[in-house]
Amino acid sequence: MRNIKLSAALALSLILTGCATTQAPMDYTAFKKSNPKSILVLPPTNQTTEVIAPYGVLANVTVPLAEAGYYVFPVALVNETFKNNGLTVAEDIHAVPSTKLNEIFGADAVLYINIEEYGTSYAVLSSDTVVVVKARLADTKTNDILWEGQARAASSEQSGGNGGGIVGMLVEAAVKQIMETAMDSGFQIASIASGRLLSPEMHNGLLYGPRSPKHGKEKATK
Amino acid sequence: MNLKFLTLVAVAVATLSGCQATKPLYNYGSYQSNVYAHFKNEDSSVTQEIEDLEKTISESSAKNLKIGPGLHAHLGYLYIESGQKDTGIAHLLKEKALYPESTQYIDFLLKNAQAGKS
Repeated sequence: MRNIKLSAALALSLILTGCATTQAPMDYTAFKKSNPKSILVLPPTNQTTEVIAPYGVLANVTVPLAEAGYYVFPVALVNETFKNNGLTVAEDIHAVPSTKLNEIFGADAVLYINIEEYGTSYAVLSSDTVVVVKARLADTKTNDILWEGQARAASSEQSGGNGGGIVGMLVEAAVKQIMETAMDSGFQIASIASGRLLSPEMHNGLLYGPRSPKHGKEKATK
Repeated sequence: MNLKFLTLVAVAVATLSGCQATKPLYNYGSYQSNVYAHFKNEDSSVTQEIEDLEKTISESSAKNLKIGPGLHAHLGYLYIESGQKDTGIAHLLKEKALYPESTQYIDFLLKNAQAGKS
């Protein structure tokens, strides 16, 4: 009995810390060989109807990537540079050959982000703000794909239980949706999603970059 | 049994997630919110952004924290946009000095700034 309890506790804590996953480990050979110092994040492509989505995501990528140990090009300026050169559509920007990007920016690697979900939906008993992003990191000289990943974040993850019965839940859902729309919770949830997407601590996450003290000291699984 | 079980879970969570508690490399202050406001083209965005970013910089130097990649470049661009070219160029050069990885792009921006483009 003690042992069952112990293993149940351990299993639950593994789930809570997000350490346990069944995904196959990623192949980091190309990533390690490329060993990029700097990452150029392109304006994300957007599969949602939220016009603000690319801005919400793009504004949230710098801190996690910099903390991972990379030089991150100033995202707003990069966006301006594309605009000044007649490139305003993310799909067109993603189609620019990476060698050309290397020429202008001198970036070692380029990060392509695609937004699959972004925004608040209202269901009868709950409203939920969800952000789902996918990304691909490529070497600008060889065009090799170094890493791929995806992440999801939702405001419903943070809500606790509710003891107010069905009426209480309905009121809570309505109030929450008004609040989530007014407070621009998309931006906040995008921040969590970006953090998950780009954190080297995640399973199959990015490797640490040269500016991190953890660079080159990856876990054995990487 | 429940209390004991929960305590066990809590301890295990604290131990297992302990590996993530590393000190941040940089102080970014309001940078990401400023970038977001910039994208949304909010009213009085530029003046407010400059003020916020200058505050982040002075706070960082007071606490001896490092300014992260991009902040000086973004601020430099804002100054150039608002007509304060020399201050703007100084911040672009600061970005290059702190982060030599940016050299090629900053040189490109400086060339544009000198030519009166942004």
